[in-house]
Order: sequence, then C-alpha cells, then structure tokens
Amino acid sequence: MSVPLLSARGVGKRFGGRIACRDVSFDLWPGEVLGIVGESGSGKTTLLNCLAGRLVPDGGTVTYESRSAGSVDVHRLSEARRRLLARTEWGFVNQDAREGLRMGVSAGANIGERLMAVGARHYGEIRGQAADWMGRVEIDVERLDDRPTTYSGGMRQRLQIARNLVSNPRLVFMDEPTGGLDVSVQARILDLLRGLVEGLHLSVVLVTHDLGVARLLTHRLMVMQGGTVVEQGLTDQVLDDPQHPYTQMLVASILPV
Amino acid sequence: MPDATIQDTQGQDGAYNYAYLDEQTKRMIRRAILKAVAVPGYQVPFGGREMPLPYGWGTGGIQVTAAIIGREDTLKVIDQGADDTTNAVSIRRFFARVAQVATTTHTEEATIIQTRHRVPETPLTDGQILVFQVPIPEPLRMLEPRETETRTLHALSEYGVMQVSLYESIARHGRIAKTYNYPVMVNGRYIMSPSPIPKFDNPKLDRSPALQLYGAGREKRIYAVPPHTPVKSLDFDDHPFEVETWSESCALCGSTESFLDEMIVDDTGKRLFVCSDTDYCEGRR
Repeated sequence: MSVPLLSARGVGKRFGGRIACRDVSFDLWPGEVLGIVGESGSGKTTLLNCLAGRLVPDGGTVTYESRSAGSVDVHRLSEARRRLLARTEWGFVNQDAREGLRMGVSAGANIGERLMAVGARHYGEIRGQAADWMGRVEIDVERLDDRPTTYSGGMRQRLQIARNLVSNPRLVFMDEPTGGLDVSVQARILDLLRGLVEGLHLSVVLVTHDLGVARLLTHRLMVMQGGTVVEQGLTDQVLDDPQHPYTQMLVASILPV
Repeated sequence: MPDATIQDTQGQDGAYNYAYLDEQTKRMIRRAILKAVAVPGYQVPFGGREMPLPYGWGTGGIQVTAAIIGREDTLKVIDQGADDTTNAVSIRRFFARVAQVATTTHTEEATIIQTRHRVPETPLTDGQILVFQVPIPEPLRMLEPRETETRTLHALSEYGVMQVSLYESIARHGRIAKTYNYPVMVNGRYIMSPSPIPKFDNPKLDRSPALQLYGAGREKRIYAVPPHTPVKSLDFDDHPFEVETWSESCALCGSTESFLDEMIVDDTGKRLFVCSDTDYCEGRR
C-alpha cells in the first residue's frame, strides 16, 4: 500500500490555442475513488482520456503501478502493451453505453469479449462467467442472449459495467456513468457501483458534474475550472467547507429538494 | 534466364504483352506475392490493375495467375467446383490466348489452378499452385469497419472480436453456423479469410503441399499460405470445428466423401445431390 496505483504529474493538454487542462498532479491510492468535478468544458473528460492513455498529453507523466510489470509510464508504453493493460487491468465506462458496448452482439458476447481477448476458448465457461456477471449487476439472466439494443438505458449502463469488470481490473475510469439516466435508475446504479467498488477493492477515477454522485461515491474530490484544478481534498471537506469561490458557487448551485 | 526479347514477351496476337499484364506490373505483383509468402496470412497491398472483366469476377485471381504463369504451365480454372461454367471457361480461354498455355480440367495435370469457392477434392501435390479469387480479404471487416483499426488488430494479434462473432453464432444458433469463408489462423499468427470456400474445404488448406495464393482485385490485396503451413479453423474447446456432412451420396458417381450440391430437377421439387467438383465426379464414373 506504500505506492500509489496511478500518479499524474503536471499533465496538460491543449487543442491548438485552447487549453483543455493544465498542470494536473495527483496520486490515486489502491481502493480509492477520486472524483473530478466541474462544469462542462472544464477539461474533465480530456484529463480522463489523458490518464487512460486514450489521448497523449502535451506535457507531464502518468505512472501506473501494474500488476504484471511494476511501475510503468502509461504514455511511454508500446501501443500493444497499453492496449493489453487497458483490457486487462483497466476498465473504462463511457457516459453513452453505446460507445462502450458492441450493440450488434448479445449481452453474453459483450461480457465475454475481454475473456476471449486474453485467450478464453471454452464457450460454456465464458457463458457461465457472463451469466454470473449479469447477476452481479442485477440484470435478469434470461436476457443473456438478447442484444443491448433491446435493453433500457439503465440496463445498458449496467451491462457496460459488467463488461469492464469481468477481467478483474484494478482501476476503472468512469466518464459520467449515470449521466442521462433518470433519478431512480441513477440511484440503483450508484448503489451497485458502491457495492462493487468496495467488494472488489477497485480504484476509480470518476468524472461527473453531479455533486450528489460525487458525494455518494468518491473519497476525494478535484474541482476543475477552465482546465486547472482549483481545489482538491476529501469529498466531505470540499463539499461542506468549500474554499475556492468557484467551488462555493458550485456547491451553492445544487438545487434544494 | 537470358534476357527476354520483345518477341518472347508478346502474346499470340501481338497486341498484348505475354499474359496480358505488362512486365512492370507483373514484377510488382510478384514482389507482393513474395512478401505474402514470407509472412503467411498477412495481407499485402498491391497496385491492382483494371482487367478486362468486372470486379467480382476474379480480377484478383487473374492478376496473380498472370504474374506467375509461364509457357510450360498447365492451367485449370474452376468456379464453384466446376470446369464448365461461364466464368471458368472465359478465364481458361483468356489465358490460353494471351499466355499460350496448355489448359486442362484434370486436377492432377494442372500446375496452376485458379479457383473460386472450392478447393479440388483430389489431393494437391508438391509444385502445384492454387490461386484463389477473393471478394473481401479482411476477415474482421464485418466486425470492424475501420481499415486503420483492423490493421492494428492484426499487427497486435488482437483477435478477441473474431471469437466474439463465433460466440454470438453459438448463442443464437446453438452451434457455429458459419458455413463458408470460415476464418482460419495461419501459422499461429494471422487470422485469414480463406475466401468464400465452404468450411468443408478448410481442412484441405492445413499443411497442404501446394502453394496457396489469394488475390483480391477490388480491395487490392494479396496474401498467401506457403506449402506445409499449419492452418487452423477457429473454434471453441467445447464447440470444435466440424465440416458439413450429407446423408445422401452423389447421384452420378456415388461419392460419400465429396462436397455435394443440391439440385432441384423437376417442377415437383425432386432433389438430387451431385458432386460440386466436376472433374472428381467424372473421374469416378
């Protein structure tokens, strides 16, 4: 537990003259859930993509403590190693489940893809694991052979989570996992995520604009504005006693129920 | 070999170069073939030419044949197993005219066999070359439409998605329902489309003593399986690869071991099963 699982140092990315994120540094420890909050356009998703190796940052380093090869610089890895890492030790949950799923094949095939990608060749076992994961994300196992096109939004999101977790990853990146879902479905998915994160000892980097989600799921919070981190700290501390004017504004703008 | 004079490289009617293509094009195609043989199953791009027949009729196979054919060769052309269909007859006549080669319908006599949709039933031997006409060379195309991505998947041997398609087939049909163009792993490295041959023919590709060349004219790709190279049809441990079987035997030659075509012979729906390989069938009668 003495080494951080993921550490970013001075990560920055610009698109032409526009700065998407600047000089972001943090450590993520095993079992920790880190929230990145901020308004639209504040650079949250760009940062997440830089961390997950999907975008190459202009500056800074991202170091990951891998299960197999020790400490690795994510952006210095060969493409083959990085992709292997991404489909074995990492997960990535998109806001839009259609981006993270294969919509043309059944739920079972979606969950089984990572297993087959690392060499599983026994249909019965793959199917058994897929069924097991359907149960763990609370989808009726009867729907195992149905395509995600026939699923509701909430079910698709749960399927996407199962598809990512089947390879037993240590680190999951989530980009607004509950965005675009209605409130009751959101609550169930948050519940599910909280259980999975604790049960599997997952580390999570979670991007959200919803402070309620951040409060429920995350241990620590980074607040971004205009591409820079303006405040970070323990979630309860940041939300209950915001220091930066922008954070104060964010917290104050939560609609009272 | 001494320098070829212009006379040597000219076809019978003088208007075309020997074997239709010009010498530079043939060299380019031969280079692609050499590379393809050196990296079994890898799709090598080449500068495909316009041929005097439409795409989809065998332009890729014809270009490969034109690049490797010589006066001493004996050519056999089959289409769906038959030597006497329009496409097979036209291509055979084409090479008889522009390359002055002997042609045959007998598998054993041929040195080059250009084929569409079948591998001959008669076992091939050392020194024979099988040229396949390929419509879609990329086995991952239906699963991944982006060419840049499929190339990356091949480069990194990331073939999970191919297995996903087989999983899906079992989930939906209870078995792997793909019967033609059944994907194979060549030499343990590249996944390859064997062209739309029935999966019945897949075992014949494995460690075949003949050289297999695949030409895709529209997609401008050449790939190859050198002699004696392992070719494994993809499957699952608990759903192993199987070939088609028939309860009937050939109505003409009585064969129970060949690939049979089903034919409806009258208006009342009477059915007949006959060998798809006409040369094999005639040889047994």
